[in-house]
Amino acid sequence: MAIRVQREAFDASSEVKQLASGVGDIGAIVTFTGVMRDTNAGAAVTAMTLEHYPGMTEDALLEVERQALQRWPLRASLIVHRVGTFRPGDAIVLVVTAAAHRQAAFAAAEFLMDYLKTQAPFWKKESGPRGERWVEARATDAAAAARWGLPGDDGGKAGGE
Amino acid sequence: MARAVKILYFAWVREKTGRAEEVVELPAGVDTVRRLIEWLTARDAGYAAAFAKPEVIRAAIDRRHVTADASLTGAREIAFFPPVTGG
Repeated sequence: MAIRVQREAFDASSEVKQLASGVGDIGAIVTFTGVMRDTNAGAAVTAMTLEHYPGMTEDALLEVERQALQRWPLRASLIVHRVGTFRPGDAIVLVVTAAAHRQAAFAAAEFLMDYLKTQAPFWKKESGPRGERWVEARATDAAAAARWGLPGDDGGKAGGE
Repeated sequence: MARAVKILYFAWVREKTGRAEEVVELPAGVDTVRRLIEWLTARDAGYAAAFAKPEVIRAAIDRRHVTADASLTGAREIAFFPPVTGG
C-alpha cells in the first residue's frame, strides 16, 4: 500500500513487480496508466503543467487509498501521480490494485481514479496554438465519483452562492 | 484579537491574487471562510478578480476540504483554489 507524488517518470511494469513481490494470495493485478492527450475539447494541446498542494495532496491520496481498502479486500495498492511539465503521450498517473480475484481489483482501480480526480488537489494548465488555459473540472468526473456514493467535488462551495 | 494565519493560493487563484502565499492578521469578525473571502475581496483588484465567482472557489483549512461556513477558529493554514483537475 503506497502513494507517491513525484516529478520523475515511472515504469509501470517494475512498479507492479515491486508491489506484488512477497505478497501472498494475489490472483489479479489491475494497472491503470493515465496519459496526456494531444487534444482537449477539440483544441490541440502541445504541453501541460500540473501543479499540486504539497502535503494536502499526499493526505488526500492516503484517504482515497484508505477508503478503497475499506471497500475491497485488496492485497496491495499503489497510486503514483506526477507533477511538472508534460508533453502528449507522457504518463501522468499510475494506479495498481492487487487482489485475490479480479472483481475487487477492477472495481478498486476505478474507484481510486474516480475519487482522486475529485479530491486530490492537483491542477492542470494546458498550452497549445491558442495560448494557455487552466483545465476546468468536468461534470462527468463528479458523476463518476457520485456513483460510488462519494461527494462529486469537495462537498460544497467555499464561496457559497 | 488579531491572529496570524498562513493563506495559500493555487492555480488561477494564485495568478489573480499575484501571490502563492502570505501571512495575514485576521481582523475581529473574520471568523469563517466566507467572511475571509469577503475581506480579501475588498483588499485590491487582484483579489477581487480571484474571488469574483465565489461559487467556483474551493477552500481547505489545515489541508482538509471545507465549505464556506467553516469556522476559522484554530486554523493555521487556509488555502484557496479552483475545483481540482488531477488524474
